[in-house]
Amino acid sequence: MDPILEIRHLDVDYGLGDRAVRAVRDVSLTLHRGEVLGLAGESGSGKSTLAYGLTRLLAPPGVISGGQVIYHPASGEPYDVLSLSDNGLRQFRWAETAIVFQGAMNSLNPVHKISTQLTDVLKAHEPSMSEHTRQARAREMLKLVGISPDRMDAYPHQLSGGMRQRVMIGMALILQPQVVIMDEPTTALDVVMQRQILGQLIELRERLGFSVIFITHDLSLLVEFSNRIAIMYGGRIVEEAPAATLYRDALHPYSKGLLSSFPALRGPRRELAGIPGSPPDLAAMPAGCSFHPRCPRAFEPCSVTIPVLGRPDATGRTVACWLHPSADAADSPGVSVASGEH
Amino acid sequence: MRRRFLFVRNRKAATGLVILGIYVLFAIIGPWVAPYDPSARGNDLVQGPSSAHWFGTTHLGQDIFSQILVGTRSVIYVGFLAGLIATTLSVLIGVTAGYLGGKTDDALSVLSNVILVIPAIPLMIIITSILENASDTLIALVIGLTSWSWNARVLRAQTLSLRRRDYVEASRASGEKTWRIVIFELLPNLTAVIASGFVGTVIFAVLSEITLAFIGITSNDGWNWGTVLFWAQGQQALGQHAWWWFVPAGLAIALLGTALSLINFGIDEFVSPRLRSAGTTKLKTASGGTVRMRIGFTPVLSAPREGK
Repeated sequence: MDPILEIRHLDVDYGLGDRAVRAVRDVSLTLHRGEVLGLAGESGSGKSTLAYGLTRLLAPPGVISGGQVIYHPASGEPYDVLSLSDNGLRQFRWAETAIVFQGAMNSLNPVHKISTQLTDVLKAHEPSMSEHTRQARAREMLKLVGISPDRMDAYPHQLSGGMRQRVMIGMALILQPQVVIMDEPTTALDVVMQRQILGQLIELRERLGFSVIFITHDLSLLVEFSNRIAIMYGGRIVEEAPAATLYRDALHPYSKGLLSSFPALRGPRRELAGIPGSPPDLAAMPAGCSFHPRCPRAFEPCSVTIPVLGRPDATGRTVACWLHPSADAADSPGVSVASGEH
Repeated sequence: MRRRFLFVRNRKAATGLVILGIYVLFAIIGPWVAPYDPSARGNDLVQGPSSAHWFGTTHLGQDIFSQILVGTRSVIYVGFLAGLIATTLSVLIGVTAGYLGGKTDDALSVLSNVILVIPAIPLMIIITSILENASDTLIALVIGLTSWSWNARVLRAQTLSLRRRDYVEASRASGEKTWRIVIFELLPNLTAVIASGFVGTVIFAVLSEITLAFIGITSNDGWNWGTVLFWAQGQQALGQHAWWWFVPAGLAIALLGTALSLINFGIDEFVSPRLRSAGTTKLKTASGGTVRMRIGFTPVLSAPREGK
């Protein structure tokens, strides 16, 4: 599979100079064409900061202090999103990469009809389109997300929360972007609605062929819906593996902790265990592996040296843990660059 | 302490405060430091600015510099007293109407609407001309009592939107008393509106007082900038090319208005946290460069990656 979005050694800070807090540290991640990449972790692990950082949507005092985000358009040369001009960024957003925010349903303006808000995007990005085509496109989009097109003239308050969320997903897809970033898009909804929307999303993805970065703290959702899962902790990616592999055989103790904190539907009964302690303070990170104070299996290198993402076996999965040292340190690019740094 | 410091650090607010401070200083000490009695006649008639008379003299040989200095007190006094009266009334009536609703709201809204459509200046002219020898306090009272309605309407609208917010509902549900909800939950949210309303009313009151004085409605013995302009107009200062007669008073009015507006901008930015963060967009990085913080365009630091 060819990559569509490559994040290379991205660092994101809040604040400048001495008071800066590094919320995302040296994250490298590749999104392939047509896949759903899940991003999971506790609150404060940097998942949302990563998503906002790579689209440069982070509000002040957030700054991107290093790294690259290489985007591969459907046709043409790949380019670095972080070095785009203001205008280039405006063109890039929505048309190439769309984002559905946390609680996006509240982003609808209560005094405008949803048809107006849907066609607004088209007016901004494709000004040559006729009003009739715009309306048809909006109607088609509503149908895609499972809302009857006769709701075009409804105001946001006349729709339920789930419908509003689906309108927002439709709005994100209206320009047929290559990449859709979803930041906890279903957190505010009940589980039935959650399933329905995600099912629809997967169906849409199969039809339209976009890639999804799906951010959530609900690992059980990801296991079901995503192709690959990356686990974040303390601003770093600690493990990345195909969803099924991660579910069956998580290597990092933190991933194991996340997985054992929700029950399986089938299989033998087992003890549900949370992860003791609380997420690290990003301003005062522990030395070595940031997870070692909470880790049940910590041993002596953990508190001294930061583990880097490496491949423990030949399957292509990566993990940053001293329990699972990299099998091929020589040809893993993540290791060689990162070890040169520390 | 830090918040107060922030307010003064705002350049607009600081400039406005300094200018206003100078005016207030002259309002207090003006009559004592004035080189001449502003009403005393002299022998130099309609003379241009000189070392003896900094702003020149009138047709009666009065010193215009002294008139401006002495007149500052009346202008500041009337402006702030009227602003205080109008703001107090607008808060009382606007917030009460907005929060209580129902019949009270109807009655108070009708009252403010009626006051709103009455043209203020003609009303002031009528009231002050009926009363013989209107004192400054009386003029301030008349201006204050006729100019509260606009702010009352603004505050009512704002209160209507605030009273349905969750935190207000929550304090009502937990049994807080109405006065406590109004003072501790609502008023802090209205600070910006009240403060800018106050500053706006002060500007309006100053201009009203000067207008009244300009057309001759003022106390007989006092001086203010409007009185200076009244005499300048009456003696055809423009026709006599005696620019020094009206330019200083006009500039004093303009500068006071500017100072109050600057303070108003400062208050807006200070009270609204969103505007405040938008105010300081350029920041210095560790390496000495500047980055511009904008919403929607996260800056990318181009500094070379350093080892961590």
